Amino acid sequence: MNRRFSAARIAAILAKELVQMRRDRLTFAMIVGIPILQLLLFGFAINNDPKHLPAAVAISDPGVFSDSIVAALANSGYYEIKLATNSPAAARRMLAEGQVSFVIDIPANFSRDIVRGAQPSLLIEADATDPASASNAVGAIGRIAADALRDDLKGPLARRIQTAPPFLTIVHPLYNPEGLTQFNIVPGLLGVILTMTMVLMTSMALTRERERGTYENLLAMPTHPAEIMIGKISPNILVGMLQSVLVLLAARLIFGVPMIGSLSLLGGVLVVFIAANLAVGYTFSTIAQSQLQAMQMMVFFLLPSILLSGFAFPFRGMPVWAQWIGEALPVTHFLRVVRGILLKGNGPAEIWPDVWPLILFLFAAMAIALLRFRRTLD
Amino acid sequence: MGAFAIDVRGLTKRFGHKLAVNAADIAVPEGEVWGFLGPNGSGKTTTIRMLCGLLHADAGEGTCLGYDFRTQPEQIKREVGYMTQRFSFWEDLSIRENLEFVARVYELPDARGAVTAMIERLGLTTRQHQLAGDLSGGWKQRLALSACMLHSPKLLLLDEPTAGVDPKARRDFWDEIHRLSGDGITVLVSTHYMDEAERCDRVVFINLGKIVARGTVGEVIARSGLFTFIVEGDGARALAVKLRGEPGVEFAAFFGAALHASGRDRAALERALAPFRGAPGLTFHEAAPSLEDVFIQLQEQGNGDQP
Ligand SMILES: Nc1ncnc2c1ncn2[C@@H]1O[C@H](COP(=O)(O)OP(=O)(O)OP(=O)(O)O)[C@@H](O)[C@H]1O
Ligand SMILES: [Mg+2]
Repeated sequence: MNRRFSAARIAAILAKELVQMRRDRLTFAMIVGIPILQLLLFGFAINNDPKHLPAAVAISDPGVFSDSIVAALANSGYYEIKLATNSPAAARRMLAEGQVSFVIDIPANFSRDIVRGAQPSLLIEADATDPASASNAVGAIGRIAADALRDDLKGPLARRIQTAPPFLTIVHPLYNPEGLTQFNIVPGLLGVILTMTMVLMTSMALTRERERGTYENLLAMPTHPAEIMIGKISPNILVGMLQSVLVLLAARLIFGVPMIGSLSLLGGVLVVFIAANLAVGYTFSTIAQSQLQAMQMMVFFLLPSILLSGFAFPFRGMPVWAQWIGEALPVTHFLRVVRGILLKGNGPAEIWPDVWPLILFLFAAMAIALLRFRRTLD
Repeated sequence: MGAFAIDVRGLTKRFGHKLAVNAADIAVPEGEVWGFLGPNGSGKTTTIRMLCGLLHADAGEGTCLGYDFRTQPEQIKREVGYMTQRFSFWEDLSIRENLEFVARVYELPDARGAVTAMIERLGLTTRQHQLAGDLSGGWKQRLALSACMLHSPKLLLLDEPTAGVDPKARRDFWDEIHRLSGDGITVLVSTHYMDEAERCDRVVFINLGKIVARGTVGEVIARSGLFTFIVEGDGARALAVKLRGEPGVEFAAFFGAALHASGRDRAALERALAPFRGAPGLTFHEAAPSLEDVFIQLQEQGNGDQP
């Protein structure tokens, strides 16, 4: 069948959408208003005391004491030891990639120094991009480790515990040393705001045409569903980028959020993330019969995006089933990317594990939209 | 090259249990102008939508411009100009923006030029930047009509194109239709105006989803089997009330001051009229029924057949 795909037609639809967007004052006000309002609203994070936080232990001094500490950390419930290694570099890489929230470093000669009473240091590196999730677990670590050694320090060594702690704990909060909640929340807001407004923009795309009666005209013309989709999604990418600039400017100027990584890398991911959300909204509009239904679908999508993505509550603190739902939402991956780039200075290699799910999501949503697109009025 | 622009048989559409179009056969030869008549809800819009691929037909086969109307809607859309019954252009776009959008979607080589020419022909040059939503009803119709002609389609499917359009604009519209038809374009136009039906080469009459009459206006009138007496004079108004419901008088309606009394049984009709003949001030004469008489008769006949 001759279904020629035409760039000229996409351009025609795109131009029409841009003009309509410009004339729709309320929507335009919303585009600017929502990000600013939200930014000012969410000053504070929601605290939590998560358990089973993934941690890696770098053991430079294998032995009885190290074994006891690792076992005690695992038993405390606060930590889930993902890796016990003798390579501090491997452990730190996991921290950078966000696979673990902590690295516990047992230094060389740890046992010898304890026995000598030389008070060696236990170094804890914490991913403080999400301070709420880190604080309690960090607070507990010294006590847990000291308790663990009580059984090992017997006989003549027992006085090592009685006089002074056998070792010191040193905590290095990485990436967000002051533990500022805004550093975590503000980049997260970027993801949530974009999810909300982008899905909203396109979820009305076809239902509006349907309710105004213009859908019949659009269908009567030789337009391919993919042309309509691309024509309707693309102009909104500009809107999303405009919002992103607004939020990032506010993050920098009002909240002083550090921006360590590459902003152009972030820009690239933003395009994918924005397009993915627009595609979700567009899919809703192919399914919904009315604008009201489209709104309901949007809310259905938005709530988990806020609550289960790691925005409102620490991701690691959620039950596993909730984490699975979170993993299926684009904003979850975007939050890791944006915090990674801004706060940790992550590069392409570190963010890739969270970028490909976004790309996958984008194409899946577009495929569903094309399958669901109704070429007829019945 | 087929001799028919539209050639479909057994066209059927159901909405739930409701049969909106029931096994309709329509064959419109190329270059002719056909009128599509029928009461509200009889299935005109549904039929037209099936022809241009906007509704799935539940049954039926045939071609539209030589393309299978069930499997090749994309090709049909390219060569058909469809004007929807309800205004379906973008009210938040200006006249020019609407037309340019259409021109670009059909990939006209000189979209801008074609639109400028069309706007000039419509006499809308000074108002081209006005939003379509701000136009009066009649002007909206005229905009829609010109938009669906912009890509020089071979077949025009027009769903009540002149509803709400003033007489002068209607006359211009029909002059345009006949000019296009002279160029070989085929037109199927639904209308509720009898004078417009009379300007068509042929009419198709649909009632309750079934095609109940077709042919030239003369043929449809002749085949109706209807006899009409025209009563004129001072007492005609009072007479209408008395005649309605009389056996033999299927309906009695005024055209100006003239009362048209019609029925299929000529003898019964005459019997019903007999008592009033010779009344002072009343004149009786038999005349050919008008298309409207036939329209009403076909509609009432259909309703009478309903279980
Ligand atoms: N989408 C739909 N869903 C359900 N029923 C429908 C739908 N569209 C039309 N109908 C029904 O099908 C029948 C035919 O409707 P249609 O619009 O074709 O009539 P029409 O001849 O165009 O009438 P009008 O002169 O009022 O425009 C009507 O009874 C209508 O209620
Ligand atoms: Mg209709």
